[in-house]
Amino acid sequence: MSAAAIETAAAEQASPRRRWLRRYGLPLAGGCVILFWFAAALLAPVMSSYNPDFVDVANRLQPPTARHLLGTDALGRDVLSRVLYGSRISLIAGFSVVLVGAVFGTVLGGIAAYARGRAEELLMRLTDLVLCFPPIILAMAIAAALGIGTTNTIIAMLVVWWPKYARLARSLVLVQRSQEYVEAAHVLGFGHAHILFRQVIPNAIGPLIVMVTLDLGNAILVFAGLSFLGLGVVPPTPEWGAMVAEGRELVQQWWVATFPGLAILSVVMGFNFVGDGIRDWLDPHARRR
Amino acid sequence: MLRYLISRVATAFAMVLLATLVIFLIANTVPGDPALAQLGDLAASNPEFVKAFRAKWGLDLPIWHRYLIFLEGLAHGDFGISIASQRPVLDDIRDFAPATIELATISFILSILIGIPLGILAAVRRDSWIDHVARFVSLIGVSAPTFWLAFIMLALFYGMMEIAPGPGRVDPIAFLPPRVTGLLLIDCVLAKDWETLNDALAHLVLPATVLAAATLGLITRTTRAAMLESLSQDYVRVARAKGLVEPHIVLGHALPNALIPVVTLGGLAYANLLTGAVMTETVFSWPGLGRYTFRSAVSVDFPAIMAITFIVAAVYIAINFLVDLSYAVLDPRAVKR
Repeated sequence: MSAAAIETAAAEQASPRRRWLRRYGLPLAGGCVILFWFAAALLAPVMSSYNPDFVDVANRLQPPTARHLLGTDALGRDVLSRVLYGSRISLIAGFSVVLVGAVFGTVLGGIAAYARGRAEELLMRLTDLVLCFPPIILAMAIAAALGIGTTNTIIAMLVVWWPKYARLARSLVLVQRSQEYVEAAHVLGFGHAHILFRQVIPNAIGPLIVMVTLDLGNAILVFAGLSFLGLGVVPPTPEWGAMVAEGRELVQQWWVATFPGLAILSVVMGFNFVGDGIRDWLDPHARRR
Repeated sequence: MLRYLISRVATAFAMVLLATLVIFLIANTVPGDPALAQLGDLAASNPEFVKAFRAKWGLDLPIWHRYLIFLEGLAHGDFGISIASQRPVLDDIRDFAPATIELATISFILSILIGIPLGILAAVRRDSWIDHVARFVSLIGVSAPTFWLAFIMLALFYGMMEIAPGPGRVDPIAFLPPRVTGLLLIDCVLAKDWETLNDALAHLVLPATVLAAATLGLITRTTRAAMLESLSQDYVRVARAKGLVEPHIVLGHALPNALIPVVTLGGLAYANLLTGAVMTETVFSWPGLGRYTFRSAVSVDFPAIMAITFIVAAVYIAINFLVDLSYAVLDPRAVKR
């Protein structure tokens, strides 16, 4: 019996509660964090005791106290309220980039793999072409050229976001299209569009869903980064990346930049945990050992 | 092997050429107007000024004509003149690149030297404390925003503990050695200026650590996963049955077979360091290519943006090419397709 097998056996003997925790603990914790931020996004006006844009210069740069739990920034705005409101833009940006990118990429990649031949060649070369640029640099250039604004930044990110989904969808559909049920559907007289979108892609959707959940945190991270550089939201919109940028020279007033950063960190970790959990659940072969 | 090489070089070359077209099209079809970005509101309201500006920078020519001019310059290694700095873009890049190359290389070495051993240990001693440490390090590295990590390090070690120097590449009062390579560390050694070398190294510690964090996380995670995979293979069981000592099994048998994913990722990670550098350099006032890229993007400085995206895409393609070649060395089966 190899050392690995012995270890596995030992793990099997661990108490059921520990096994349960090991399997579901992190995804559950991640899910709770994400639920919290969803709640914050929906209930920001109820949860925060200040208007996020309320300027109070007399109380600027106050350290965390009972009145301002996370302190105030250089304009006297309440950091906690701004962090709570900031969840809105981050979640919206993350979801719209990943969902639109995933749908677009999947449709293109699916068509490429299903049609084969010249269409596939053309679509996949296009994908390779976008992939040969470092994504954030390209997004930065496009975002700057389009002008500052949340929608423009999301568009810029979309331009660089879809290719990885196109690649994944193509490889998944390639595997599916040689299956017998595709042939059967042809014989039964279903159209190409019906076979591809109603039968082949739903059968191949598992890995795509895993990629989407693992990708959400990443998209939020990149959006915050662009925003940090001043290419995201128009001030004074409360947004986490922009808030870190506003506080980045206030080394003594650490609370201004630290808390929005912690918010980004927690939401990204949350999505990573949930993504890992979904992957383990959908694909037991890839289960993290 | 030779045919494989030639076909790879040809593809890489074609990709670079196509990349220039994409950059050019993006730079020329987006609504941002360099005339408005550069002239300022007052001058831009005067149509005469705008017209003269467009004529001077060739913005009034048809688009295909401008692309040909761009390609012709490229063939001579000429990227045109930066609209923002009024200097040849290549000179700008020559000034800014060394600081970034230094920073990126040091942090890449750092993340490899820590990440690969950490990943191996985590795989060999699975579920021990070192595995948990490795998992935690890679989790933070992958999830923490680079720009925020940079701020935290600066606030902690410079602002509060005062054990690290502040932002910048050297102390403002330090005497710089004569510029030979532009790489400050090497220039200091050449000039035997140990005091400045010391100062420059101290200034490198924080930004290099921050920049290394994300790469370190990815490399640790990949090494661990790849090692777990290859440690469970039959040839490892055979090696154990033959009575080989454990270090030899791990380093001699399992590691070489786990290297391919690590090399793939490492190559991409090195190219991606430039992206992280944009954030890190902003926080640490590092006079590198990251800052320059950001400034050009914000001022819609087309020649500079095109040159940078071109160079970065070329580096990207070149690194991918080298990674593919290394497959042939690491795993000869990759060539026979």
